[in-house]
Amino acid sequence: MEDLEVLKTGQGQVFADPDPDKARAFFRGKTRRMDNKLMPLKEAVAEFVKDGDYLVVGGFGANRTPMAAVHEIVRQGRKKMAFAGHTSTHDMQVLCAGEVFDRLDVAYVVGLEARGLSYCSRKYLEDRKTVVNEDTNYGLALRFQAAAMGVPFIPVRNVMGTDTFQYGCGKEIRCPFTGKKLVIKPAIYPDISIIHVHESDVYGNCRFKGITVSDLDVAKASKRVIITAERIIPTEDIRRDPSQTLIPFYLVDAVCEVPFGAYPGNMPYEYFSDEEHLREWMTVERDPELFKAFLQKNIYSCADHGEYIAKNGGEARKLALRRQELLIKGRNQ
Amino acid sequence: MADYNTMEMMIVAAARELEDGATVAVGTGAPCAAAMLAQKTTSPNLVILFEAGGVNPRLPEMPISVGDSRTTWEAVKAGSMNDIMETCARGMVDYTFLGGAQIDKYGNLNSTAIGDHDNPKVRLPGSGGANDFASFCWRTMVITPQDSRRFVEKVDYITTPGWLEGGESRAESGLPLGTGPYRIITNMALMGFDEETKRMKVLSLNPGYSRKDVQDNCGFELLWADDLGETLPPGKEELAILRDQIDPFRYVIGRG
Repeated sequence: MEDLEVLKTGQGQVFADPDPDKARAFFRGKTRRMDNKLMPLKEAVAEFVKDGDYLVVGGFGANRTPMAAVHEIVRQGRKKMAFAGHTSTHDMQVLCAGEVFDRLDVAYVVGLEARGLSYCSRKYLEDRKTVVNEDTNYGLALRFQAAAMGVPFIPVRNVMGTDTFQYGCGKEIRCPFTGKKLVIKPAIYPDISIIHVHESDVYGNCRFKGITVSDLDVAKASKRVIITAERIIPTEDIRRDPSQTLIPFYLVDAVCEVPFGAYPGNMPYEYFSDEEHLREWMTVERDPELFKAFLQKNIYSCADHGEYIAKNGGEARKLALRRQELLIKGRNQ
Repeated sequence: MADYNTMEMMIVAAARELEDGATVAVGTGAPCAAAMLAQKTTSPNLVILFEAGGVNPRLPEMPISVGDSRTTWEAVKAGSMNDIMETCARGMVDYTFLGGAQIDKYGNLNSTAIGDHDNPKVRLPGSGGANDFASFCWRTMVITPQDSRRFVEKVDYITTPGWLEGGESRAESGLPLGTGPYRIITNMALMGFDEETKRMKVLSLNPGYSRKDVQDNCGFELLWADDLGETLPPGKEELAILRDQIDPFRYVIGRG
């Protein structure tokens, strides 16, 4: 069988260094102590999210997405970040509104799935406020997996013959074992990732329900991890049933208790997405003056996520979204 | 006047392609409605997969996102994106349904940009899982309204592979062997692909549409099956299930 040879190279850019020894050097210095990491979200973002970082947010679309943290990043004015658009919908829309990033790995962006396209996100790309590298959902998931494995690249059998390859940062090679063509993609070791979960203890041992998307690999791959949790639970609960732990403490740098932290998105088994409010975002963003006032009201002037929710229906809205999630209806509904 | 609209026709035609016991990877909207309809009619054992991790849910209503709670409602597994995509990559997923802003005669799809990629007239979402599904699932189907702005000689950007440049080009590309576009389901016709050239070929005309309608609303020259038939219109039972059980609020069929 022939030696591994590179047949084609995509013209896209690599935004995160795939060198596993540099990553290992970083991880060597990361604390393994089971310390109490519970802190306010404002402090966690101030301490662990830096200008220029490669940022990944967990979840998928507007589902189990750490929206409270995304708002806090915008509120604190982070700039020049790189961002993984691995089906990033409302989170992308908010980060574009805050002009937070200028490098973007694209799998799915700009749209909000069945809800339509976001004017603000679309314009951000059309006005070339960010450099774009094209990828796919699985492609990005694998690039996190490669980092989680501690290797510099990973092979895959998609994108060949397409512009998604041409405008991406992969390379086409010939497999030294089978002679088949493969595409290899560089690992992404994110500087910072933020993942929203149902339950965490103060050390960052996390449980969550529903689909895991790429979050387990993202947590392993990232140099720093902030957990936002619906609830903080006693460590005894974790120890009583360790099989439920999806993210262990030693990956985690900060734990923040943020009930309704995925609002206005969907949190499985907790609350459904606030479709009315998401529609408001998609309407208001078309008018620059209205949008500015809307962002002032909903992000910049809010002390925290609780205030944002209070301004958009508060307790009554939360109750309605809980019932909607569980498909519970009143007798006259 | 027909007692159904074009979206209902497309969903019913798509549902009929899904045999019992098959696996299908779907997105939101018409593809999901088609898979749900197939489950409630001819194919109760059809397995529906969602790219974000949902496996075989009992969908209580149309999902808004391919990762929302409905995609795991009474499901058998809430897994990861890799769980689903690896299953596709190993060859265990039979069908996928995709869409796009542009499609060419080889079934290549564009959902990334209209105009130049680096300076687009319109920026669109990108691949999402579409390129992955079309690369790995055995048969790719597309549900789309037909007009000559959408059906173009050459797409501005190939997001998702069809038969690439036709002939043997897909097999030679390195994509998994034996995969490729299978059916294109439009408001006007049901199409497949010529076995040798891999060019789009009309298999049957939907009721009320002529050869001329179909060709006039296509930006490239279509091939025609020798035994060109007429697509069966939606049956009463199919329409009743679609309207009463699957999409009572007309989120999808209201667009027809």
